Amino acid sequence: MENRAVSRKPARLIIREAATRIRRDKFLWLLALPGIIYFAVFAYVPMSGLVISFMNYSPTRGIRGSQLVGFKYFIEFFSSPFFPRLLRNTVLLSLYGLLWGFPIPIIFALLLNEVKNGLFKRTVQTVSYMPYFISVVVLAGMVQSFLTPYDGAVNKIIAALGYETVNFMVQPRWFRTIYIASGIWQGFGYESIVYLAAISAVDTQMYEAARIDGATRMQIILRITLPGIAPTAIILLIMNFGRIMNIGFEKVNLLYSPAVYETADVIATYVYRRGILDGQFSFATAVGLFNSAVNLILILTVNWISKRVTEVSLW
Amino acid sequence: MLRAVKGRKIRETRSERIFYGFVIFVMCFVLALTLYPFIYVLSMSLSAPVYILRQDVWLLPKGFSVEAYARVLSERGIWLAYWNTAVYTVAGTALNVTLTAMLAYPLSKRNFWGRNAVSLFVGVTMLFNAGMIPNFLLINRLGLYNNRLAMIIPGAISVYNMIIARTFFSGIPESLEESAALDGANHAVTLARIILPISKPVLAALTLFYAVAHWNTYFNALLYLPDLDKQPLQMYLVRLLVQNQRLINEGGTDALQQAVQAVQSKYATIVVVIAPILCVYPFLQKYFVQGVMIGAIKE
Repeated sequence: MENRAVSRKPARLIIREAATRIRRDKFLWLLALPGIIYFAVFAYVPMSGLVISFMNYSPTRGIRGSQLVGFKYFIEFFSSPFFPRLLRNTVLLSLYGLLWGFPIPIIFALLLNEVKNGLFKRTVQTVSYMPYFISVVVLAGMVQSFLTPYDGAVNKIIAALGYETVNFMVQPRWFRTIYIASGIWQGFGYESIVYLAAISAVDTQMYEAARIDGATRMQIILRITLPGIAPTAIILLIMNFGRIMNIGFEKVNLLYSPAVYETADVIATYVYRRGILDGQFSFATAVGLFNSAVNLILILTVNWISKRVTEVSLW
Repeated sequence: MLRAVKGRKIRETRSERIFYGFVIFVMCFVLALTLYPFIYVLSMSLSAPVYILRQDVWLLPKGFSVEAYARVLSERGIWLAYWNTAVYTVAGTALNVTLTAMLAYPLSKRNFWGRNAVSLFVGVTMLFNAGMIPNFLLINRLGLYNNRLAMIIPGAISVYNMIIARTFFSGIPESLEESAALDGANHAVTLARIILPISKPVLAALTLFYAVAHWNTYFNALLYLPDLDKQPLQMYLVRLLVQNQRLINEGGTDALQQAVQAVQSKYATIVVVIAPILCVYPFLQKYFVQGVMIGAIKE
């Protein structure tokens, strides 16, 4: 009987069937509803707000009172002298960060795994998470205090060794090093968790077999452990490539100053200055949209490549 | 196990011992590098001012003085900021964990009709974000600008954390719920009496992730809360440490003394802010690590 109904009135039946199923799962739907509303309001409504990047929007005029201006703000951004600099800074900060920051948690996890003394191992591990729990504000504050020219800890050491002190925070060539080194200090322990888990999942029989065959520790690490965690590492690397345009606002905003814009100013901080501080909402939205669009393309591409190369994908 | 130990004894060559020595050396180096900034901050805050002036403090405190702490804690501003952060952290985390678990539970049910559609709806927000300005304008339109709720409601659910909870929930054997249903328990009772009690580890992990995030963030306050009286601790720190505003009344008689006191006040403030989290996290570490690991496992 149901089959006959499908052939006659599909649309109405589908709706009725959906209603029945929703009624059946009404408890589950009720649970999910606040979350769905949350994402509708705080993720999808702002997406509709992206239209202002094609308008000469001002808060007093509102969206209805503003005119469409097409790609005016995009063209303005792409042709501005800041565009290449922002793009370069954003990408290089990520790439250099990945270059230095990616291997370190892996090496740390591999070496930590060799430690035989359980108490020492646990102590090192616990301490390694510690920086992860402090805020980026405290991190920036500490960085600034440590790097001040006269009484900062780093310059004290430099002076003690007989070298000239450096005013790190106002020199563009130091910014990337400061940003990346402090990031590694804060994140290496946390990032090693995944690798330690992957190491513990490596088949112990392989170790025993290798031992019996007379392999040295170093050989075991390179031939068994490292290949064992390689899939995890590759997924994380691919995911990180998808986030290359995603340099966060919070930390750069705390560490930079006009003196180092040359290397430090990234798209997110530029959006903040032009949009929030200068009130050029349409222009800043256009810049942000450009960034989000590139992010989306990157992550889709990277996922596609990952699927083909490693048969692992995010979804 | 025994064989492995015996094997090790036989194979322990000179080069192996050198390698192990190298490993221990590197670990000690990592330990020192990680701890040194913390110890330095603590020592700078506790030393007698005269040694700070002479730039004599390297590692351990020289002399002993808690004056910096007395100055820092006598300011009304830091107490107010502390209170604000506590309120935002407690209220925000409660909302976060509740909403996250409420959304994750249905999405963990294989037979939940609409599961894929809702997952897609939520998952897309991970890939594409409208960005700073549309979010800012939305907050204004909703009347949340300069409203304490702006610290609590935006960011109520992190998709990443929701996936962690969902992964955990879907690992719960269905037979458990089926047997409860046979005993006549309805969905709500099953959830409250069976699912939630055995989900304590993941709920603890979520609580930790969200609470740390609330305690540590300044972004929402920077954008949405211009009123100083409503600002959290991290904004107080931004003004004190990064913008170098004079927020603490230094008593010193001359400029040099005042400068030293200002330096010590900063370090003491850092200690006051990070101490609660650093004292608590070693005990919750287990849940933290579990949460990170669940997050890393893909479905």
